[in-house]
Amino acid sequence: MTTKKFLYVNRKAPYGTIYALESLEVVLIGAAFEQDVSVAFLDDGVFQLTKGQDTGGIGVKNFSPTFRALGDYDVTKLYVERESLEERGLTEADLQEVTYEDEDDDWAEKPSIRIISRAEMADVMADQDVVLSF
Amino acid sequence: MDYTVNGETIAADEEGYITNLGDWSQDLAGVIAEAEDITMDDERWEVVNFLRDYYDEYQIAPAVRVLIKALKKTMGPEKGNNKYMYELFPYGPAKQACKIAGLPKPTGCV
Amino acid sequence: MSTLHTVNKSPFATQALLSCLNHCKDGDAVLMIEDGVYGGMAGSGLSEIVAEKGKSVALFVLSPDMTARGIDASRLIAGVEGTDYAGFVDLVAKHDRTQNWL
Repeated sequence: MTTKKFLYVNRKAPYGTIYALESLEVVLIGAAFEQDVSVAFLDDGVFQLTKGQDTGGIGVKNFSPTFRALGDYDVTKLYVERESLEERGLTEADLQEVTYEDEDDDWAEKPSIRIISRAEMADVMADQDVVLSF
Repeated sequence: MDYTVNGETIAADEEGYITNLGDWSQDLAGVIAEAEDITMDDERWEVVNFLRDYYDEYQIAPAVRVLIKALKKTMGPEKGNNKYMYELFPYGPAKQACKIAGLPKPTGCV
Repeated sequence: MSTLHTVNKSPFATQALLSCLNHCKDGDAVLMIEDGVYGGMAGSGLSEIVAEKGKSVALFVLSPDMTARGIDASRLIAGVEGTDYAGFVDLVAKHDRTQNWL
């Protein structure tokens, strides 16, 4: 089976709609198919990765810790758009740390989040076989 | 399909996964295991505890291949393999170990 | 290699159209559907931005969605083309991938 490049595009904040959680579940399920998976966060989607989320008061599950499990599922490319962060007054320091262990490099721990420009994001999108939007 | 533990009724869905994760206790795990025809021992507890720790940290029950990969790393290849896992839990770690651990069915497990 | 982008939200309600236009590559196509068709109308606060992008990207609106909303083809920004469902299918087939902006 040939490997295809899959990109999951996240443009929604985490709790106001179900999109973000649905996206994450599809990424986890899709990981079983062992494709070349990337996940993009732009526009309000960058809010999904902020640290310090605590949903105790709104009665919904805090799924932000689950992003840290993506490395176990061989999903190691999380692209975050710099302009989207800046427009929202955020910097990389506002995002939680997500890492993966590189099996080919003696399990060295490496960052999964890559901050890229809008133009680079357009390049990432244009480089895919399949783009799934949420 | 509810469970009864020390005189208390614990709600579960039709497949036997408990409804409220907070209801879990070691005693309940023993009762669920019994319903699954499984006798808990150190090896099985090791897997169940791993699953609970994983859920606690990441808020998901890991897929079977993720579980096995992780066990291989922490406990070595003699325990981190499919055969060992299915010897402990004949109907599958997702179906049985997660249920005993009081976790929801793993995402992507049909 | 090119992409067909679809946008189904009003550009006055969400950033979807703007974000789409900001991530388009030359030679891509943008098809505005459902409430997205409002993005194809001339004379709005966004018309200039859309018209400018039309120089490097092919712009379409789905005619049945436009008609349903009472928008006459004469109201479209110059260069924005109406298409029917068969044309939608042709656009999907013509490009290497489809990306939906929700």
